[in-house]
Amino acid sequence: MGTSRHAVLRHGPPIHEIERYTPAERIAHWVTAGTYVYCMITGLGFFTPYLYWLVAIVGGGATARFWHPIVGIGFVLANFYLHHQWQQDLHMTPEDREWMDKVKYYITNEDDLLPEQGRFDAGQKIFYWVMFYGAIVLLLSGIVMWFPEGISRSWHWVLPIVVIIHEAAALITIGGLIIHVYMGVFVVPGSVKAMTVGYVSRGWAMLHAPLWYKKVANGRTVK
Amino acid sequence: MAGGTLQIKNISGHAGPVAGANTSRDYGVCKLIDTTTCIGCKACEVACVEWNGYPFRQTTFDNTYQTMSNTEWNYWNLIRFNEHENEDGTFQWLMRKDQCMHCEDPGCLKACPADGAIVQYSNGIVDFQQEHCIGCQYCVTGCPFDIPRFNPETKKVFKCTLCSDRVNAGLEPACVKSCPTGCLHFGSKEDMKDLAEKRATQLREYSSYKDAGVYDPEGVGGTHVIYVLHDAKNPEKYGGLPSNPRIPILVQLWKGPAKWLGGLAMAFGVIGVAIHYLRYGPKEAEMKEDNNHGNQ
Repeated sequence: MGTSRHAVLRHGPPIHEIERYTPAERIAHWVTAGTYVYCMITGLGFFTPYLYWLVAIVGGGATARFWHPIVGIGFVLANFYLHHQWQQDLHMTPEDREWMDKVKYYITNEDDLLPEQGRFDAGQKIFYWVMFYGAIVLLLSGIVMWFPEGISRSWHWVLPIVVIIHEAAALITIGGLIIHVYMGVFVVPGSVKAMTVGYVSRGWAMLHAPLWYKKVANGRTVK
Repeated sequence: MAGGTLQIKNISGHAGPVAGANTSRDYGVCKLIDTTTCIGCKACEVACVEWNGYPFRQTTFDNTYQTMSNTEWNYWNLIRFNEHENEDGTFQWLMRKDQCMHCEDPGCLKACPADGAIVQYSNGIVDFQQEHCIGCQYCVTGCPFDIPRFNPETKKVFKCTLCSDRVNAGLEPACVKSCPTGCLHFGSKEDMKDLAEKRATQLREYSSYKDAGVYDPEGVGGTHVIYVLHDAKNPEKYGGLPSNPRIPILVQLWKGPAKWLGGLAMAFGVIGVAIHYLRYGPKEAEMKEDNNHGNQ
């Protein structure tokens, strides 16, 4: 059985594994991720002289200034497409509030003391909404910063405020991203596979998304 | 000015003190604009365009003698013609040569995020290095005099260089060379300040301009372009010369505390998750399953 596992993987969904993300969801996720990282690298370069070397790795300051807003638009669009796909799974529920109250058990890996969560747990939902509203704030402030020549002289004092809003929104999303990448890569083994290949094990689903597991276990996705 | 770094300080095998050693020299340069002797001939505008190699252009008529309404990315120097009615009902032209003021504390330089795009020389000239400019136009926001101009085609920002190329070769700026009335002067900051004060005193004592004075605003640490004004108490009437220019406080906030607060927050975020991993480690799904539910 174990020896035939690779052959099975190549031809279809692995036995005893559950489809976590559809190909469309995964593509949207990685487009969002790639565009975000580009904007983060270039944006940090503009943010402080100590990180200005970052713009050199993507073609220099002027190139980065040209592409940053365009790629940023791509990030917002990909983010909206993700929202379109996931919105029914992202509403906060009463269990989520209880989960938030007991978040310290999540931090200390005592997950059995937490209320059972659906497809996304409350932490993932909060990260999602931070990125969603962050993207809207970054878009609106970013458009002003994209074309400062369109601001009349008497309104130029507004620009530093807009820049500070843009930077604050960026820093909050970077904070979210640090936790998101850390959780996905280090704390919850199997998550990277879920977002690349698309499948998780039964154990993964039972531990991290028990309500979702019960739902999909009765449905078609489990083989 | 030019060659200043080669002044002799010590000489080997020399008897007695070195001539000229320990003297302090003022390397700061300055352009003095005496608005009271400007006749609005615009020779300086022509000289500026010619020296810097930009094309002559059609003028824009808006019911004044002014060449056009504002400076442009390739037109750095403009005489502003202000029609002023005195208290006694008489008419007066207030003509002001408008260009970069070369602040001692330049707001453009403070706001600029691009390494090396704006430099300030030890003689006080503030110069844009277009090859390093990224076109973000933060300098426009940082400038209290509304000087930097954006070229939408090349996405670079330009302004008066105080003819840094000429000054480096020991020459005066092109505008100063072209001035027929002698209302433009160029020299060390100390000398120009003395000359300006002398002229302002002369105006106060021997003319009706009792409020004549020198414009060298302290809010930006002084400037390397200074004016003698008939009415130093109301610089605004010279076509929007600010009476107390400063780097906008929001620019200072944005370029000061906002930077290190953000940097600290990011560093703590990364350190925080690293400590969490070392303390609590990953959530192992298969193990937990075994503990809670026994063998499958």
